[in-house]
Amino acid sequence: MSALHPDQVTAERLAGLRAGAAGRDVDVGLGDGTLTEDPAVESPLVLGDRSFDEVTDIVCGYAENPAPKWWLLAFSIASTIAGIGTLFILYMVITGVGTWGLNNQVDWAWDITNFVFWIGIGHAGTLISAILCLLKQKWRTAVNRSAEAMTIFAVICAGIFPGIHVGRIWFAWFLFPIPNYNWIWPNFRSPLLWDVFAVSTYATVSALFWYMGMIPDLATLRDRADARLRKGISKPLALELPTGHFLVIDALKPDKIRAFLYGVLSLGWRFSSRHWHRYEAAYLILAGISTPLVLSVHSIVSFDFATSVLPGWHTTIFPPYFVAGAIFGGFAMVLLLLIPLRSIMPNFKDLLTLRHLENMAKILLLTGMMVGFAYGMEFFIAWYGGNEYEAFVFTNNRAKPTWLFEDGAPYWWAYWAMISCNVISPQIFWFRKLRQNPIAIWIVALFVTIGMWFERFVIIVTSLHRAFLPGEWHMFFPTLTDIGIFVGSLGIFSTLFLLFVKFLPTFAMAELKAVMPQADPHGHHDSYDPVYIEETDAEYAEHVREEHDKEGGA
Amino acid sequence: MSMLSTVSDYLPFVPKPRPQFVTENGARVHGLIAEYASAPEVFHAAEKIRDAGYTKWDVHAPFPIHGIEHAMGHKKTILPYIVFSIALGGAFLGWLMQYWMTAVDYTGFTVQGKPYGAWEPFTMIIFELGVLHAAFASLIGMLMLNGLPRWNHPLFSSERFLSASQGGFIIGIEATDKSFDPEATRKLLEETGGTDIEIIEDED
Repeated sequence: MSALHPDQVTAERLAGLRAGAAGRDVDVGLGDGTLTEDPAVESPLVLGDRSFDEVTDIVCGYAENPAPKWWLLAFSIASTIAGIGTLFILYMVITGVGTWGLNNQVDWAWDITNFVFWIGIGHAGTLISAILCLLKQKWRTAVNRSAEAMTIFAVICAGIFPGIHVGRIWFAWFLFPIPNYNWIWPNFRSPLLWDVFAVSTYATVSALFWYMGMIPDLATLRDRADARLRKGISKPLALELPTGHFLVIDALKPDKIRAFLYGVLSLGWRFSSRHWHRYEAAYLILAGISTPLVLSVHSIVSFDFATSVLPGWHTTIFPPYFVAGAIFGGFAMVLLLLIPLRSIMPNFKDLLTLRHLENMAKILLLTGMMVGFAYGMEFFIAWYGGNEYEAFVFTNNRAKPTWLFEDGAPYWWAYWAMISCNVISPQIFWFRKLRQNPIAIWIVALFVTIGMWFERFVIIVTSLHRAFLPGEWHMFFPTLTDIGIFVGSLGIFSTLFLLFVKFLPTFAMAELKAVMPQADPHGHHDSYDPVYIEETDAEYAEHVREEHDKEGGA
Repeated sequence: MSMLSTVSDYLPFVPKPRPQFVTENGARVHGLIAEYASAPEVFHAAEKIRDAGYTKWDVHAPFPIHGIEHAMGHKKTILPYIVFSIALGGAFLGWLMQYWMTAVDYTGFTVQGKPYGAWEPFTMIIFELGVLHAAFASLIGMLMLNGLPRWNHPLFSSERFLSASQGGFIIGIEATDKSFDPEATRKLLEETGGTDIEIIEDED
């Protein structure tokens, strides 16, 4: 076989894995050093030359250290909003759906808009875990845990809306094939019922996937608490009093609760390699089945609309268009949550590097263009199909501003908010400087989240509010209850996410360690060239030295 | 013999076989553990222990080491076959439920004059139930094949062993292994680079 390729020496030096002539003398790129454009260089996934123990300390520290002040503040705000939202839901259930602004013409309004908005957000987690796992994208390990958590919380928020929009919520069990006193079964020919099965399967499978990924990390938290208890260095519970003193309760040790709860949840995992082998097989199977599942869920959600005869809904482009939109909105939410955490939480930046953010910004750009293509294609088909009702929906219900056209669309602002947020705003990522700037990414992610909400609003409300008969036309205006329940769902989502950040492993530690350079059982050096597998470190160093000499001589 | 000890691990009423090895204070020996410094070291040690003919032993590492199953001579898991058959069963149940509810038990819904038992509208739920069963089968199947969940394990009695969940690499050889010999096994662990060799006592 050939000797060491000179590019590899350069590549490893650029990546900071190998010292140059005078120590680490090479500029490893822009920003935090992960943004190098050299295709021969694989950017480090964990910065700062971390050992396995250090990574463990960082990630477990988030769950073990006392809650920081920002967390307490954020948690109290989020849970207050969640509580107020729950009161609005209660008021709606007691009084009836008349407390919402929907009417005979617009009979799906904010409720289903919010449902589709949340279920769309709930797609990124499984996408990151499953599809990126199958594609062997190692960078997913930094974001998959929090994205999966976010998925589950978004699906919980999504589940609220179909549950309460049936009006008489105590009959919501009619959704499921349960024998009832009318002795009839649900209609299996309806996409609405497919949706029940798709969303509940998705929620269950995502939760299983998330939980299975967490078992080893929960076991790590268990073992750390256990080790502290055995060594006698476990701290007693200390409550800070407003006076600045601490109320110390010696009898109560948080580590005892941790060892028990994390112990029960980690199911006795003991990091056995025989177990790991089956675990990896199970993980791969779950990734393999989740990939068609995640595509099926939003396709089926789109069938709710596409199988109707309403112009604006009745289009075959809906399934792929909805799936692309879901990935788009989901990644935006991941970025919206993780970018602030990255600057608040200690050492978070070493695990979630600028390269990760740039990758996700590129996905936003790609899926944003797919969504933009779908918007354009809808218009084209409305014209090319020659259906006057469909053409009317797209021009007179959506696109024409009232200040330009006499027969303009009263909801033109919603349509153009959607276009500018979803299609135009991600275009800034064509500029490298901007897609590598966390603040710019965060602002675009915020726009995309708003735009994706408006997309669902445009699809649902503008199609419905002026259907076939002009005598039935009706505008939709949200009531305080509409707004309260939606804002409340944002509160529920943030509350759950903050709880996750505080009490569960925020990063998939085991997976993160497995992609670190020292995890390679054949040594630190690159494994693509089989020559080095048989070499010891000393031989390898000798090789590099020879190569350097040769370069110098030539 | 080794089978019986495995069974009695999980079923407390099955008496354990008479201990082959006991410590000085009379406790049953579970096995020996040794710590290794890095992933490459434990990988090469695993190859040597495999070649020495041991079967009841394990590498404990904070993450799945790439290719360790070959270094350990571990057979490929049968989990995919279990999951596949359960998924097919779930998909069949999905079809059966819909067919029975739509075409057998209640035939009141005529939708667009289509036959009651047409399979086309059933495909979505058949798929979803297949996936749902596969997901449960892979998690529960993985745990059952691993002999989990369990409350405790003799290895957890060692404080050193707990490092395997953070950055440590541990090899444990069980005393019920046919090739186990207190002196020879300890020597093998030392030769392969293992440090801090410890005797693990059984739980009872």
